[in-house]
Amino acid sequence: MMCTITSHCCGPATAPYPAALMVRPRTLFEKVWEDHVVRSDADGTELLFVDLHLIHEVTSPQAFEALQIAGRPVHRPDLTLATIDHGVPTINRELGILDPLSKKQIDTLIANCARTGVELFGIDDPRSGIVHVIGPEQGLTQPGTTIVCGDSHTATHGAFGSLAFGIGTSQVEHVLATQTLPQPKPKSMSITVDGELPPGVTPKDVILGIIARIGFNGGGGHVIEYRGSVFEQMSMEGRMTVCNMSIEAGARAGMIAPDETTFDYLKGRPYAPVGIEWDEAVAYWRTLFTDPDARFDTQITIDAADLVPYVSWGTNPSQTIPITETVPDPTSFSDPLDRDATERALSYMGLEAGTPITDVDIDVVFLGSCTNARIEDLRAAAEIIDGKQIADGVRALVVPGSGLVKLQAEDEGLDQIFLSAGFEWRDAGCSMCLAMNPDVLQPGERCASTSNRNFEGRQGREGRTHLVSPVMAAAAAIEGHFVDVREWS
Amino acid sequence: MKPITIITGQMAPLPRANVDTDQIIPAQFLKRVERSGFGPFLFWEWVHDAEGELDPEFVINRPEYADAAVLVSGPNFGSGSSREHAPWAIQDRGFRAIIAPSFADIFRGNCHNVGLLPVVLTGEEVTRLTELAEDPSNAITIDLAAQSVIVGDLRATFEIDPGVKHRLLNGLDSIALTLEHADEIEAFEATRPAWMPNLSPVLGTE
Ligand code: SF4
Repeated sequence: MMCTITSHCCGPATAPYPAALMVRPRTLFEKVWEDHVVRSDADGTELLFVDLHLIHEVTSPQAFEALQIAGRPVHRPDLTLATIDHGVPTINRELGILDPLSKKQIDTLIANCARTGVELFGIDDPRSGIVHVIGPEQGLTQPGTTIVCGDSHTATHGAFGSLAFGIGTSQVEHVLATQTLPQPKPKSMSITVDGELPPGVTPKDVILGIIARIGFNGGGGHVIEYRGSVFEQMSMEGRMTVCNMSIEAGARAGMIAPDETTFDYLKGRPYAPVGIEWDEAVAYWRTLFTDPDARFDTQITIDAADLVPYVSWGTNPSQTIPITETVPDPTSFSDPLDRDATERALSYMGLEAGTPITDVDIDVVFLGSCTNARIEDLRAAAEIIDGKQIADGVRALVVPGSGLVKLQAEDEGLDQIFLSAGFEWRDAGCSMCLAMNPDVLQPGERCASTSNRNFEGRQGREGRTHLVSPVMAAAAAIEGHFVDVREWS
Repeated sequence: MKPITIITGQMAPLPRANVDTDQIIPAQFLKRVERSGFGPFLFWEWVHDAEGELDPEFVINRPEYADAAVLVSGPNFGSGSSREHAPWAIQDRGFRAIIAPSFADIFRGNCHNVGLLPVVLTGEEVTRLTELAEDPSNAITIDLAAQSVIVGDLRATFEIDPGVKHRLLNGLDSIALTLEHADEIEAFEATRPAWMPNLSPVLGTE
């Protein structure tokens, strides 16, 4: 049950607690989970209510079609929002969608939304953009809600203390039909980072450093809660960057407890509550934290002082090293599968073991994606490149996360800084993050990218992706190779 | 969804760790609005060599594995995106089960929903199966009800969530199952506070 009064939200008292402490201590995740359980099955599966369902053109058409064949209506169009992001061009939009398959996919979404009454932010709507940028921007992503989307980076929304996770198309259909999802309860993990982040170390480095430590599937089966002073001091944009990449550690979701930073961000946004409803909402949101004695299934602690700027060298996000290090040697791995994976990654990436990562030249810089295309990311990158020129032979593009981010950046004059440095200034979309639109790496091209995945072929066939923060990407654009932003000016 | 009871057939070995969804089916093939027809794009970059020709060495191109029903692979299979196109493509190529030491969470759930059986065995068992799969004449039998895997004299058992097992064995429609509880959903909806986000109308003043 969802409620605003703490006592209603308390679970049943459990035997080990004395009468005065009849409240079972719960984690943030457990509180949000339990407040959304419609029913529990004997086998442990629980039916969760979904507060917000975000949909886009790529993973929804088959769901709508199946629904239509079964004669089932969309149960809660008022809790569903559609955007067009994955396949849109980010240049020359006046020409329309030239790729016939993308056009059909987009037209299908437009028709499905019109038929079922689902709100769609169309391509020409400045509110449109990457699905994980627009939910928070519109104030729809709120603490304590459950949010799903047919996209693995839905974890982004957990930055607000919501439980947000990616789903497949069959589940999109399930949510459209019922506004619920049967789910086994994941385990919980806490990752605590205390201390002060050193200068030049950004939220992107925090999450890359975490993934490098816990591994590509280190969070498998878990919902991660990020705790500690580093996250408390972080902006909402930074928290979104961190939660966004939870899936790159295999986690189901990432969450951060809401606080004044969260409330300040939400206040006044188009879909945020107002007046007395705002007060009621905030009163509930303030109950959303992990109780002092609550238990996590897994706990990890990291000292902020140990974090540095990172660069990925391989073909999954855990294959990441500090900017001061060299590309690893496959023979240093004892597990044959790890050795084989490292050899494959080095060969794909065209790298030699032992090369300092700062010696690696780049061809392309991509500043964009749901990880790092919010206004704060663009500001940080613009500050680095202000008055400078990108290196000869480097192609660099900025793709804002939404139409509104783009407008705000233009208001602040950031577009002029990027353009004079030699960057391309594009329209919003997923773009070269997954290369479904015309923004594609050529075979062998090497890219410093602020996105979240460096899989083989992710940014184009035989393209080579290195994941970095916006400031690291900006500095690399100027120098033509990776540099340590902490020492670079 | 067709019920899954017993799966028998050949195994195809793919001994790689962290096979991700971009490898299973690259993004450029996600533009179709249909649910079928993704098989030809399965493992696109691995099926082809550098010149874009079919690589005769890659396991699913080898004629002796043409009828393989079970893919045997490494840990963290299906990592990455939530695209259900990945299990669709695997299924479309004739596979009915995947055996690996571990699966990425979203991918595993997607497999359950499309009727493709993900089977988790230990690393040693998977290594042994991979060796056995090198000989295409070795047939495997997976018995879902018994939760067992048999190849020759190798016999292993696997865990599966009881609810998922019931649904797969009977080929049940999970939406129909949920809709049996429509009254409980309605009762839950009645308790939601008015300030919870919704798309109509725009409440804010911006
Ligand atoms: S920006 Fe990239 S990771 Fe984010 S939703 Fe788009 S394609 Fe997915």
